[in-house]
Amino acid sequence: MSTQPTVPTGAEPTHFAFDAESEQQIAVILAKYPPERKASGVLPLLYVVQKQMGRQTGSAWIPRIAMDVVAERLEMAPIRVYEVATFYLMFNTKPIGRYHLQVCTTTSCWLRGSDDVTAACKKATGIRAFGETSTDGLFTLTEVECLGACANAPILQVDDDYYEDLDGPRTLELIEALKRGERPTPGPTIDRLNSAPAGGRRVLVDEAAIKPQGQG
Amino acid sequence: MLQDKDRIFTNLYGQGDWTLAGARARGDWDGTAEILARGRDAIIGEMKASGLRGRGGAGFPTGVKWSFMPRKNDGRPHYLVINGDESEPGTCKDREILRHDPHKLVESALIASFAMGAHAAYIYIRGEFYNEAMHLQHAIDEAYEAGLIGRNACGSGWDFDFYIHRGAGAYICGEETALLESLEGKKGQPRMKPPFPAAMGLYGCPTTVNNVESIAVSATILRRGGAWFAGLGRPNNAGSKLMAISGHVNTPCVFEEELGVPMREIIEKHGGGVRGGWDNLLAVIPGGCSVPMLPRDVCESVLMDYDSLRAEGSGLGTGCMIVMDKSTDIIAAIARFSKFFKHESCGQCTPCREGTGWMMRIMDRMVEGRAEIEEIDMLEQVTRQVEGHTICALGDAAAWPIQGLIRRFRPVMEERIHAYKAAHGGGRPVQVPTGLVEAAE
Repeated sequence: MSTQPTVPTGAEPTHFAFDAESEQQIAVILAKYPPERKASGVLPLLYVVQKQMGRQTGSAWIPRIAMDVVAERLEMAPIRVYEVATFYLMFNTKPIGRYHLQVCTTTSCWLRGSDDVTAACKKATGIRAFGETSTDGLFTLTEVECLGACANAPILQVDDDYYEDLDGPRTLELIEALKRGERPTPGPTIDRLNSAPAGGRRVLVDEAAIKPQGQG
Repeated sequence: MLQDKDRIFTNLYGQGDWTLAGARARGDWDGTAEILARGRDAIIGEMKASGLRGRGGAGFPTGVKWSFMPRKNDGRPHYLVINGDESEPGTCKDREILRHDPHKLVESALIASFAMGAHAAYIYIRGEFYNEAMHLQHAIDEAYEAGLIGRNACGSGWDFDFYIHRGAGAYICGEETALLESLEGKKGQPRMKPPFPAAMGLYGCPTTVNNVESIAVSATILRRGGAWFAGLGRPNNAGSKLMAISGHVNTPCVFEEELGVPMREIIEKHGGGVRGGWDNLLAVIPGGCSVPMLPRDVCESVLMDYDSLRAEGSGLGTGCMIVMDKSTDIIAAIARFSKFFKHESCGQCTPCREGTGWMMRIMDRMVEGRAEIEEIDMLEQVTRQVEGHTICALGDAAAWPIQGLIRRFRPVMEERIHAYKAAHGGGRPVQVPTGLVEAAE
């Protein structure tokens, strides 16, 4: 269990309403669940809020007033939305930087050098500890648990994208590129195809055997 | 060793086209209507005959699980829920299915849903897999457009809808009832069982929860026959399975391999060998962090399958191993897992909520050696107090890596404690000032 950060005074907006883009997404989302089971839409709607805040303010987070809007839309008690928003780690309940740097430090990544990735993130952004936002407001650094891409460790997730097979210098390069407003292609940062072994795949090499799938 | 002609996931690395055209060229969506025409019992019978055991870690026979769904519809809808909340450290196989072979999953979901009388399936994908979910959504949209799913799917007369639901960063939602709670829009806190999901699952309706891989292989099994699948692997450990190697090997990767192949051969072939050679191996965690580790001498001969690993006091889990060489601080490696479980405990059951914190704090001191020798036994005792005393298996999962460490590496822990004492003034008891002991968060 984790404790929740407190929202700095003055950061909480006084008003929140879904914009047209969000409304469109909400219509698609609510069609997935039985009409009497609207509450199922709470996780997706909180994502919608977070994305909209990102679009509008550059900081993808969920203010409490937006949780109230979600509660009203889904006909839920506000407390049910608050407890969901604070239970799941991917919902930011306080403002974050423009880029959300999420370093996986769990054992698989740690064995492959996630300490170097963390150090590079701190060096490039001036952030001293996990959970902080850089003074220029560009970056927030978060320590996350296993990202589920261990064969490509260590991983740095920037917003929705995985940057894989990192080391210190390549992490520095990545963050410098972000500062220049670029978005490098996600995926492995070394010469390898996705999760295939570096140096080329050792299986799935017999094209004749695998295509089309034999009928036994 | 599995041959290319027997591979199910032929686009594992995304070397080909993952969209509908590519999937069809690889043989997906071929004769799906004929498979459905065989009927419910024949499909379940074939799945049972294949010997497929659940690929999410527990290893329960998939065909048997499907057969638990009520035969007759009592007015409540049936649901298939696919567990794509892959979050266990070391485990990274379902991601490859979602992003590179999504049509295998969509087609198999249709067949599985039909076999259990469900007209709707939800897949719960961990929130971090955003791009992977986009791939799958694209595949779903293509399938709707081509009439493969939706009303009268594949012209079979069966209506089938397939929906993606994204999680939001909680490991516990990989537990099937926590997943259902989350899907219903609540905190992911596991439910008491019984009632089991087959009787009362999603929205109180009959539900089967299966791992992504268990579902994704079923279309191929039904096309090629249960006997073909059962002919791979070893008795009671049939088939091929997605596995992964991470950690201290030369080439970490994901791959499909037959069950029952020696672990050493797998590490040599797919992982390119242990960094610094086999003799540099310290230990392997064979199936995600919740299974106990194995020291080198066991790794030498053990086979990668459910029963062989269980016989060594470990487990196959998800088949995704973490390899550690001799440079590893083994105590720190396990302490990191303790931190993970403390972080991911949902807080519902006291033994787990408090116990994971205790275990983490003692483990943190063990890393430094700032402990008494007797505390190793105390730590072991704490793990026994947590294990088996919680609603779900997260408590067990938190206990097992520590038990594995104590069982296999107790001398290392003792040595660390002696070294700390030697460096900090001899044999006096270690001071653990109350002020430094963090309260359970």
